[in-house]
Amino acid sequence: MDRFIEDKTTRVEVSLDGETKKLDFGELKTGGFIKQRQRDLFTVRLRCPGGRVPTDKLIEISKIAHKYSKKGVIHLSFRQSIEILYVDYKDFPELVKELEAIGWKVASCGPRVRVPTACGGCEYNPNGLTDTQALAKMVDEKFFGTPTHHKFKISFSGCPIDCARTREMDLGFQGVVEPEWEEPPCTGCTICAEACKEGAIESDPDTGKPIYYPDKCIYCGDCIRACPTGAWRAKRYGHLVRIGGKHGRWPMEAVEVALFVPDEKVPEVIEKTIEWYMANGMRGERIGKTLERVGVEKYLEFMKDVFGDNVLEAKEAACQQK
Amino acid sequence: MSAEVKPVDTLDLRGVLCPMNFVKTKLKLESMQKGEVLEVILDSGEPIQNVPKSIKEEGHKIIDVKKEDDHFRLLVEKGE
Repeated sequence: MDRFIEDKTTRVEVSLDGETKKLDFGELKTGGFIKQRQRDLFTVRLRCPGGRVPTDKLIEISKIAHKYSKKGVIHLSFRQSIEILYVDYKDFPELVKELEAIGWKVASCGPRVRVPTACGGCEYNPNGLTDTQALAKMVDEKFFGTPTHHKFKISFSGCPIDCARTREMDLGFQGVVEPEWEEPPCTGCTICAEACKEGAIESDPDTGKPIYYPDKCIYCGDCIRACPTGAWRAKRYGHLVRIGGKHGRWPMEAVEVALFVPDEKVPEVIEKTIEWYMANGMRGERIGKTLERVGVEKYLEFMKDVFGDNVLEAKEAACQQK
Repeated sequence: MSAEVKPVDTLDLRGVLCPMNFVKTKLKLESMQKGEVLEVILDSGEPIQNVPKSIKEEGHKIIDVKKEDDHFRLLVEKGE
């Protein structure tokens, strides 16, 4: 097979099991089969939302990878997937059948909603504020493969440390918690002021009790976790929503559009955002470029009912973009 | 409330870096009985930002905190 055959024609005839079948390269790419430099060999990208793989499945995936990779190697992709390298295209039907048998799926490439990425989240990471893994699973089940103008990457970070890099996603959700302070249990120990890395809490020189500056707060919850008496408590949890980020050749930083969006609103935010993108974007244009061209305020106007009180001012959002 | 509480031991962790200061606290607490109190001295900055959070996460209770110059004196009651 010609190395660049997929650039010349979309369909080739191949002989599989002695029977001549047609392989559609366009379809292959949507299905996460990526052509390698090497003749006849492809990378098969598996679908691992949030990068989480049960160990029993991992054993089975290893066996399949060992059987079908001509070099006996996998690669951990930048979006948390397992990629089986050096797979002969003639083995695709068998490989897919074996993956199906263990209940595993192949990921995707191209202009569509990709497998979501996520950090560990609140399940086991002490900093985690949101259940990023559960959300990644939900998004994968509900939105994976939805056709869009260009690739559409979603990620979930459980806290403002932002390991899942929501600033460079088409749509990113970063966990936040709003702290609330109550006088009675507070002993004026000053640990919260020490624990705050943002300068959002100062201790009163006389009483030691906190003076809170919401403008400086990034809603990480360090004060709540450090407070020995429970005087600092969580008022509400949610997501800081970022949109229009990308990396690649021409990186763009995402715009912050909403704060304290609750878990149950996440599917609607994604659905409506894709709807807006499909109506306003152009083929081959990332949503960040669409926002730049059409205007963030137009997007916020469209999202008014979804974001409600959680919306961040358009002016503020536009400023941040610059 | 804390004036009457007598710590069974004191760990002076000034100059001990994260996460060794927490590990030392944890090991000490493991050798103690539930309800007993340990005094821990921690530096300002990173140690006081991190160690109290971890102590709480492990189910112990910080019953008193005193700031002294550039360090903190904590009383920790061992939990479950």
